[in-house]
Order: sequence, then structure tokens, then C-alpha cells
Amino acid sequence: MNINKPFAITLDVGSSLANRTGSWRTARPVYVDRLPPCNHTCPAGENIQGWLFHAEAGDYESAWRELMKDNPLPAVMGRVCYHSCESACNRGQLDEAVNIHAVERFLGDEAIRRGWKIEVAAPLSGKHVLVVGAGPAGLAAAYHLTLLGHRATIFEAGPFAGGMMRFGIPKYRLPRSVLDAEVERLETMGVTIRLNTRVDDMLSTMREGGFDAAFLGVGAHLAKRAYIPAGDANRILDAVSVLRGMESEEKPLLGRRVVVVGGGNTAIDVARSAKRMGAEEAIVVYRRTREKMPAHESEVEEALAEGVMMKWLTTIKEAGEASFTVEKMALDENGFPQPTGEYEKIAADSLVLALGQDVDLALLDKLPGLTVDNGMVTVDCNMMTGHPGIFAGGDMVPSERTVTDAVGHGKKSAKSIDAWLRGEVPVAREKHELATFSRLNTWYYADAPKTVQPVLDIIRRQSTFEEVLGDLDEGNALFEARRCLSCGNCFECDNCYGVCPDNAVIKLGPGKRFLFNFDYCKGCGLCATECPCGAIRMEPETV
Amino acid sequence: MAFQAIKFYQTGTFTVGNRLLDPEQRSVQADMARTNALNSGHRACQGCGEALGARYAIDAAMEAADGQLIAVNATGCLEVFSTPYPETSWQIPWIHSLFGNAAAVATGVAAALKVKQQKKVRVVAQGGDGGTTDIGFGCLSGMFERNDDVLYICYDNEGYMNTGGQRSSATPPAARTATTPVVGGSPGNVFGQGKNLPEIAMAHGIPYVATATVADLRDLEAKVRRAMEIQGARYIHILVPCPLGWGTASHDTIRMARLAKETGLFPVFEAEWGELTSRLTIRRKTPVEEYLKPQKRFAHLFQPLPELAIVARLQALADRNIRKYGLVEGGAS
Repeated sequence: MNINKPFAITLDVGSSLANRTGSWRTARPVYVDRLPPCNHTCPAGENIQGWLFHAEAGDYESAWRELMKDNPLPAVMGRVCYHSCESACNRGQLDEAVNIHAVERFLGDEAIRRGWKIEVAAPLSGKHVLVVGAGPAGLAAAYHLTLLGHRATIFEAGPFAGGMMRFGIPKYRLPRSVLDAEVERLETMGVTIRLNTRVDDMLSTMREGGFDAAFLGVGAHLAKRAYIPAGDANRILDAVSVLRGMESEEKPLLGRRVVVVGGGNTAIDVARSAKRMGAEEAIVVYRRTREKMPAHESEVEEALAEGVMMKWLTTIKEAGEASFTVEKMALDENGFPQPTGEYEKIAADSLVLALGQDVDLALLDKLPGLTVDNGMVTVDCNMMTGHPGIFAGGDMVPSERTVTDAVGHGKKSAKSIDAWLRGEVPVAREKHELATFSRLNTWYYADAPKTVQPVLDIIRRQSTFEEVLGDLDEGNALFEARRCLSCGNCFECDNCYGVCPDNAVIKLGPGKRFLFNFDYCKGCGLCATECPCGAIRMEPETV
Repeated sequence: MAFQAIKFYQTGTFTVGNRLLDPEQRSVQADMARTNALNSGHRACQGCGEALGARYAIDAAMEAADGQLIAVNATGCLEVFSTPYPETSWQIPWIHSLFGNAAAVATGVAAALKVKQQKKVRVVAQGGDGGTTDIGFGCLSGMFERNDDVLYICYDNEGYMNTGGQRSSATPPAARTATTPVVGGSPGNVFGQGKNLPEIAMAHGIPYVATATVADLRDLEAKVRRAMEIQGARYIHILVPCPLGWGTASHDTIRMARLAKETGLFPVFEAEWGELTSRLTIRRKTPVEEYLKPQKRFAHLFQPLPELAIVARLQALADRNIRKYGLVEGGAS
């Protein structure tokens, strides 16, 4: 000990850093990334929490780029997706779910407005892939194949790209300028789309074009029929041709009173379109109850608000001169509708059948190995059909038949095709543990109810095809993005760094997250308990 | 409101930091260059609320005083776990004398600085509830009435936790301690005893009195900052849950402090010149059971039979605080 000390100083000062309190620990904190429920449920496999993270900071371009890693059509998807992410959103248990689709739409529109482009970084592979059908599945497959360095050419039988996004979804839900802009961006990236080019024989088309692999995404556009006794069958139409007819010069003539049969989104689309074309009455007839309707709740709500009428527990029996006979149904003890023998006449000028769609399997006739089950093409877990090198997705394979599912199929198929071309088997990435609501410490989130998108006036919704839901503006979109709880993923709130009584958390600086200093961490677990988003796990210490 | 709450930035000002806020809007604790006045390697228990509260408060005081700060410490956990010979965790000038004389020593340090015309150097005295409300009370009251230029911070863990958890005059009613055991029908500490030191400090008419908890960092820092703007005697009383003495899980320290405030049992407020000037309102009103149940010192209230009458008396205390301090938004203050 030094004895030459200043007045009144008797001790050398040693630091407590000599005392490694880490040896007390019986459990250690570990930073983890858990899978947010939105990402978990997204059929297109979007990293929603990931792109919201950038949007929260007002960095919309980075947010859009993160979004584009999975989905080439954000402006479309922000409008037409039925957002299962929002039903799963943990914030829904706190106040209201984050309005994810509105932010996605804002980002998609912002990209169109600002002309953001995607550069292809991968070196060219020299491989050429045939994509059949320019619907959401085909477009997504071609996009991801291009990103992976392959050449992708789409053969589309119709006169425009978009598939059911153009010929199935009415304009008031998806303005065509938005669809055109997103398709055009794919073309600028190098995707070739050959319109009015029908494929009749897959193998000869592939041989002649020198294609190394193929993706089928021809959709399901053959309307299911039902036998209805009728004197004048001309007034019975099918939903597919009615909706397709909306895109042509000569709009279908439906008359002043329209009856639509079916309970899916397509039935609702037809009824709402009929209203806009001047029908005084549009009646949806469905054989089961409202709860059993496959149509999305928000669509039903919007349709009712626009004056569309619904007759539940009703089937169509006969078509007469200026009316249709319907029969009332009743649920049996098993919940199935049974005829009651009670009939009613509905006066109407036309009847539209929206009973679902079948896949046109004509082009697959000569394809060996391919199997079809229940009218749909069978694919394995990598989206490959029974014919090696030919993959399929979208409505033609068993699925929920939404744009989002189709985009997800396109992405997954592109990855499988990429692996197949290299002679490899695609490896599925290991999924993180789910970030459930109970993992969160919701005390830390500011109270903020969701922002509501503006809705078009009811009168204009009944008479025009203007888009029903409006945009969020920049301020709203930012607010909405910031409502994200960042479930399971560190968003650098500094809580762990602050609440550690032992200074055993090292802050690495913006964007770099944190480290634990296990020399001093006593394993109290405060950081894990006070982490708002559940990104720290306590693990038993092994001795 | 002592600090400006920021809304809608995902976590607003609830969390320690927030990457979306400007650096000057973030807490001192979020700063990579914070003082870390109480460094790693101290011997406090796992999840110690006092170690946390002391670093929160002294780092904020250091920031406010531009690093020109001397701390005087009473005997107690904080002194024992931070400075066993020959080590110390303190990274600031720090002095310890006796259990009961921290306020008097701080007065002396302030006087010495005055003589030396060191106007920039500020003085903080700190102690636990034992050294403040019991043993050092006389010295503290003297420091208040002379309006000496000292900020006194009491870290209240509601008992003598360093010596085995004996009762202090800050121990709440019904709590089991080593000296208020649950035997022969006795429900632990008796009702109607103890001191409310923040109110006693207010009664001295000193320039600034505040209470805080380790669950509200932004509020705590704002109060230290406000106190450091003022010359004269100032008092801040910080609730620091003690996992060992209260019988709670080490990871629940902050949750317990939050519940103490949300139930109304620990009112968080500030006062200037003896007059109440602000209070932190309750955000999610919680019945006292939720605060009492996780604590072993209150376990006898719930088993073998629930002591509903005692819990109701504790709820009545909470309700009185809510009325008295206006802890519910829109209520009378």
C-alpha cells in the first residue's frame, strides 16, 4: 500500500470490477428473435414486422424494399388481401390490430409515385424458365426467378396481364392503374410477358422455347354450373363472365333486378358491381347462414352498406319469365341446410351463378406423371407437380384461392425451381418460436387506437366504380406503423440496458442492438421481464 | 406533470430509450456515455431495486451537475454492498461516515464547498429508509429547517433489509418483518404506526419534495433534474422494491414498483415550498391484491385463510391516497 497519501486519505481505491458477480448466475438471458404472429400467418410469407420497423422510422423506401423481398405487388396486395395478419396481430388484444394492409398500400403507392425500382443483384444463371399465366402466382414466380438470376418468360392466354386481379376483382377494390404500374415494374426488371399466347402442349412449348423448367399458374376460371330448370336460359349468367365482361367495352346487361347465387367473395363482387351498373336491387341468395358464408366479413359489411340485399338459407329452384322461384332452407341438427318445401318468387331480370370455379386442365393432357385430384393439380411440398421440373401454384392447386396465397406460391415455387435447376433440394428455413401475446410486456406501449382509412360516400359507391377505401396520408401511415409492437424482435428501446441493476448490458449503438456482459450479469431476469416485445429469453445456466 | 410525456412513438416515453426520439428527448440511462455512478461488481442481491434506483438517480444528478458532484452515504445496504474494503463501485467522489449522520455530513460538505467558493460542485446525500426515517431523522430535519444546499435522496425498501429484514418506520401495515412476525393471530406490522416522510419534509416548507419509483424512469430523472435546478434543501423519496426482504422474484422488482404506484399504495407526486404541484396519475387501476399476492411478506393475508378485512384496510389506504393526491385522471387533487 502506498503510504504517501493526501491528507485524510487512508485507503487505496480498488474497483468492484474485481468482483465477478457473473458467478452467482443460475440462469442467463439470451437475445432471441421470435416469429411475430403477422409474419407467421401471412400466406405470402411477408416479413411484416420487418418492413414496419423501417416504416416506423419514416424510412419508407427501406420498408418497401423489405416488403418487395417477398411480394412484388404491394400496392395490389394492400387493397385486395384479406389480411389474416391483422386477425393474428397481438395489438388486437391490447386495443385494435395494426392497420397493416393500409400501410402496405401506402408503401406500394409511394413506390409507384416515386418510381422506386428493384435492381437484380444475382449473377445471370443462363437458365430460362417458362411461366404459364400472368396472374398473381405467375407474376410472383417470374419476379422471384428474375431476382435469383434466371430468365423468366410468361405466356399469357389473355389480352392483359393480371389474371383474376384484372378479370375477377372489380375496379372499386383495385383500380387498374395500380395493377398496371406494378406489372410494368416487373417488365422493367426483365420479366418478359407474351400476351395472347395460349399454351396447348406444355412439352412441345418447352422444347421449342428451350426452357429449363416451368411454372404453371393458369388459375381457375371455368365457372361451375348448376342445373336450373328454365324457360329462357339466356338470363342465367355466370359470375366469371360477368366480372370479365366488366373489363370489356360491352358491359354485361343485368337489368334492374339481379339475383346472385353463392356465398363467396365472388358473389359479393358481382352484387356490388351490379349495384354500380344501375341495378335497383341486387340480391345475394345463399343456402346457408351468414356465419357460414365464405365471403370476407368486411366485404359483406360494405355490400350491405351499399344496399345489396342478402337472403340466407335460400336456394334457387326454377327460372320463370320475370321471376325466379326460391326455396327456403332450414338447418338440421348437424347444422346442414335442408329443403323445407316452402317456396317464394323473386322478381328479377337476371340470375348470376357464383358457385365457384374449376381449373382448365386442357394444357396438361399430354403431360406424363402429372396427377389431378378433385379437379386440382397435385403438387409436393416444394410445389412440384408429378412431372419433374414442372411446378404449379395459385388457384390451380389446392389452396385458399386468394391473391396472397398465389403470391406465396409463386415465391415458394421460384425458390424450389432455383434449387431444382442447381440439382439441389430446397431447404426450408427453421422457423423461430412464436411471439405470443403472453411474451410481451404491454405496459410499455403507448395507448394509440388505430387509424381509420377514409371511406367513399355511399351514394358514389352505389353509382360509380371509384375505389371504396381511400389512402392513408403520410402522417397517418407513420402513426399506424408506429403502433406495431415489434413482437419478438428487438426494436432498440434501451429497456434492457436501462433496467439492469448491474450494468451488465452493453449497448452497441444504433442498429447494432445489445450484448450481455456475463462477467457481471447475476441472472436476475429483470431485462427479460421488462423487455416490451419478448426478445429476451432466460435459459438455465449449465455448470 | 414533471416531464413532458411523448405520445404515439410506439412506446412513447414509457421505455428507457426509443430509437425514434431525438437523442435529447431520451433518458440519461439510454445514453451510451452515462456515468454508471454505481458500477458493475457490487454485491447487491439479484434484481436489487436500490442498486437500480441509486444508479438512476445519481447518473441523472451527475448529468445535471455537469459531473461536479459529491455523494454522502448513510450506512445501509447501499453502502455495504457498494463499498466493501478494498473495493468500491462508486465512480464519483463518495463519503460514508455513520448510520444516522448522512444529512449532517452533507451539510458539512456543502459548507466546506461554500468556504472554498466551489459554487459549481453540488452535494447529494443518500440513505435507505432506516437511515432516513429512523436513525438519521434528527439530522435530516435539521438539514431541512436550515435549508442547507443538499439534495437528500431516500431509497425506500420499507425495512432494514441489510440486517435481516427488521421493521422500520417506513414498513407498511400488515407486512411481516423479522420484528413483526406473524404469530399468535398477529398480522405482522400494525396499522396506524410509521411515518410519511415525504409529507414531513413538505411540512418543513423546503423548496422541493418529490416521490418516485424505479418503475417510472422518465419521471424519476425529471425530478432529479428539477431538484438540481434549485438551491437549498431538497428531498426525493424513491420506492425501491427489495426481492429478498419482500419475498418477490428477482425479475419482478420493477413490476412491484409499478403495482405499488398503480394501486395507489405509493403515491407519486412532487411539491414545492410545501405545496403539492404535480402527481403521476394511475394508468391502469389495479386492486391491492395484485400488489400484495406476489410478496411473501404479505403471504399470511391469503393463506391458510384469506384475511379479507386486512386486505380491505390496505385497499382503504390506497383509496385514501387516490383521493388525497388526485391519482385518478379527472379526480380532485
